[in-house]
Amino acid sequence: MAVMTMRDALNLALREELARDKSVFLMGEEVAEYQGAYKVTRGLLEEFGPKRVIDTPITELGFAGLGVGAAMVGLRPIVEFMTFNFSILATDQIINSAAKMLYMSGGQFKIPIVFRGPGGSAYQVSSQHSQSIESWYAYFPGLKVVMPATPADAKGLLKSAIRDDDPVIFIEQERMYGMKGEVPEDKEFSIPLGVAEIKREGTDATIVARSLMVPVALKAAEELAKDGVSCEVIDPRTIRPLDIKTIVESVKKTNRVVIAEESHPFAGVGAEISAEINERAFDYLDAPVKRVSGVDVPMPYAKNLERLAVPDVAEVIAAVRAVSYL
Amino acid sequence: MPKLSPTMEEGQLSRWLKKEGDKVSMGEPLAEIDTDKATMEMQALSNGVLRKILINEGESAPLGQPIAIIGEPDEDISSLLKETAAEAAKPAEGPAEAQPSAQESATAATEPVAQQAAAKPPSASAPAQENGSAAQPSRDDGRQLISPIAARMAAEAGVNLKSLQGSGPGGRIVKRDIEAAMTAKPASSATAPILRGTGLVRPTETAAVYGPSAYRDEPLSEMRRTIARRLVTSLGPVPHFFLTSEIDMDRAADMRTAINELYPDIKLSINDLIIKVAAAALIQHPQVNASYQDKTIRLYEHADIGVAVATENGLITPVVRAADAKSLLEIASEVRELAERARARKLKPDEYTGATFSISNLGMFGIDEFTAVINPPEGAILAVGAMTPRAVVRDKEILVRQTMRVTMSCDHRVIDGAVGAQFLRTFKQIMENPLYLFLS
Repeated sequence: MAVMTMRDALNLALREELARDKSVFLMGEEVAEYQGAYKVTRGLLEEFGPKRVIDTPITELGFAGLGVGAAMVGLRPIVEFMTFNFSILATDQIINSAAKMLYMSGGQFKIPIVFRGPGGSAYQVSSQHSQSIESWYAYFPGLKVVMPATPADAKGLLKSAIRDDDPVIFIEQERMYGMKGEVPEDKEFSIPLGVAEIKREGTDATIVARSLMVPVALKAAEELAKDGVSCEVIDPRTIRPLDIKTIVESVKKTNRVVIAEESHPFAGVGAEISAEINERAFDYLDAPVKRVSGVDVPMPYAKNLERLAVPDVAEVIAAVRAVSYL
Repeated sequence: MPKLSPTMEEGQLSRWLKKEGDKVSMGEPLAEIDTDKATMEMQALSNGVLRKILINEGESAPLGQPIAIIGEPDEDISSLLKETAAEAAKPAEGPAEAQPSAQESATAATEPVAQQAAAKPPSASAPAQENGSAAQPSRDDGRQLISPIAARMAAEAGVNLKSLQGSGPGGRIVKRDIEAAMTAKPASSATAPILRGTGLVRPTETAAVYGPSAYRDEPLSEMRRTIARRLVTSLGPVPHFFLTSEIDMDRAADMRTAINELYPDIKLSINDLIIKVAAAALIQHPQVNASYQDKTIRLYEHADIGVAVATENGLITPVVRAADAKSLLEIASEVRELAERARARKLKPDEYTGATFSISNLGMFGIDEFTAVINPPEGAILAVGAMTPRAVVRDKEILVRQTMRVTMSCDHRVIDGAVGAQFLRTFKQIMENPLYLFLS
């Protein structure tokens, strides 16, 4: 095990997969010469050359489509969006081409592509650059959606995403690039898609958290443990396919659920998880499923308001107390 | 004024159990309220001090009208008093209308209704103010709130939910309430007192608590539907027909005398025996232990027998749940206890509703035979006349025997003549030789 940042863990995964498979290549804005807006692609141009690590113009729809075409003819593109806010421009290629090609070609064209980049809130980049749009992509059959919360998960899941034969949306959290953690050095280390991880075991309430909310949930669980409330923290890691079984098993044990997410509540991933729990574990609930979500407004620029718009430890603690009738 | 019975529209304050200035805590009895059905205890749903009584004993109030103010000892309630005085002049739904809608946003209507109703009025100064109408959110619509896991645990452990006070929001019964009830449960047993000290009686340690009977709904056949439709056009919404039978009661009377010699405390009545026999016969004839629903015939698992009791205020029929599963002694003590409380108007709504079959006995008034009106949706009712010596023919000889005439009114939509007759034959057979009770 080596301790490294999530940025370096992602870089390592890219490096290992570029070396392992000649059909893998990387493209996006500033990924080559500038070594990535967030330095995730540092050193890759030097190591793999300009045919495998390609700078694109500021044309998201164009290079996303280029990626889909490359995937159709047998390559395994990794398309970096400088942030997922810019993927909004490429949604026609992602949703109408990448997600549906296998189905509409009667199984003739698989699309082994990864669209990756940072998402969620950052620090004072305001409304248009602080969005959590995982629920958009998770909505469409044909796409897989992955959101790692630790450096090890980031590395293991990105490797699986690159090796997967379906289009994968891989959303990294912008605030978490510098977060450090232990990462296995084994080149064959990977984490299968669609498998949740119990980040902390507990008996009184389940907190389902993803991405930025995982460390928040773990901190809340630590605080609640001091008051004798034992929380189980589950990180689905893959939003789609969702490992609902692990969540339901936990609910059957704890009878209470809080879903923590930085995205907006309405029609979000938390709403979907809540609906699944109602359908599968209704008889085990002791309280209505409670969501702690980002505030239902465009992200404010002002620092004080921005802080209020993203869920924090205190809010998660209050929610757990509410579902536990404490 | 909270809703304390399913049909209540206003309540009369019978007695205040607290006076102004008294401390009250959640769940504590606050007052006794006379409803249209019974005298009910009203419990406080918040902690605080009873600051002001707004309705005097003997006065009535429509549902929702504030009847008292509970608050902090030093809280300023003058504005609230002004408002409640104004509310009292308005119709019942007044307080709810006065609530601010500030909490509502396009998407966030997730707060329980009860909390919104309890939200403080715009001009109120401090929190923790609640008036009578807001203090009973869970009862206002007659529902008992319970979390799914708590409901499941209660069903599995046989915990009687009616006896519980929920600790969750709006009185919701939650997991910990059931856990508490399960640890406390062994203390209570309704039938224990009367059997205690009679060494011969098998102890009923496993005395199960019975709620309303389980049932299954069978779809109506076309034929059944046609029978129902045609008969209703002939004889009102419930098409009655009547079957009468004369029953030789010598053996039943002897058995009753013998039992009462063994257990003088119990004072087993002939009516207790009739309840038990009817229950046994109903289990043998499930089509009679049934009710007509809109699209189905509902067949009940247990015989929950309604027993008509005359009170000063009129007729009420407390229900002996699962009489088929209870012993004669249990039935006797339960009937006596229910009847006493019926006369004192202390029955709870679930104790006089939801029978599967009823018995009305006017024998004590010297009535030989009569017909009773079915209490819908039950499928039948048995009208029992006086047991009296009559001349009967047995083996071509005239003898004097104790006999009793019973007339069963049947809902023809559910029960056909032959089905009713078969039931009554079984009833007669067991009644004439109660030893059958011990053979099944």
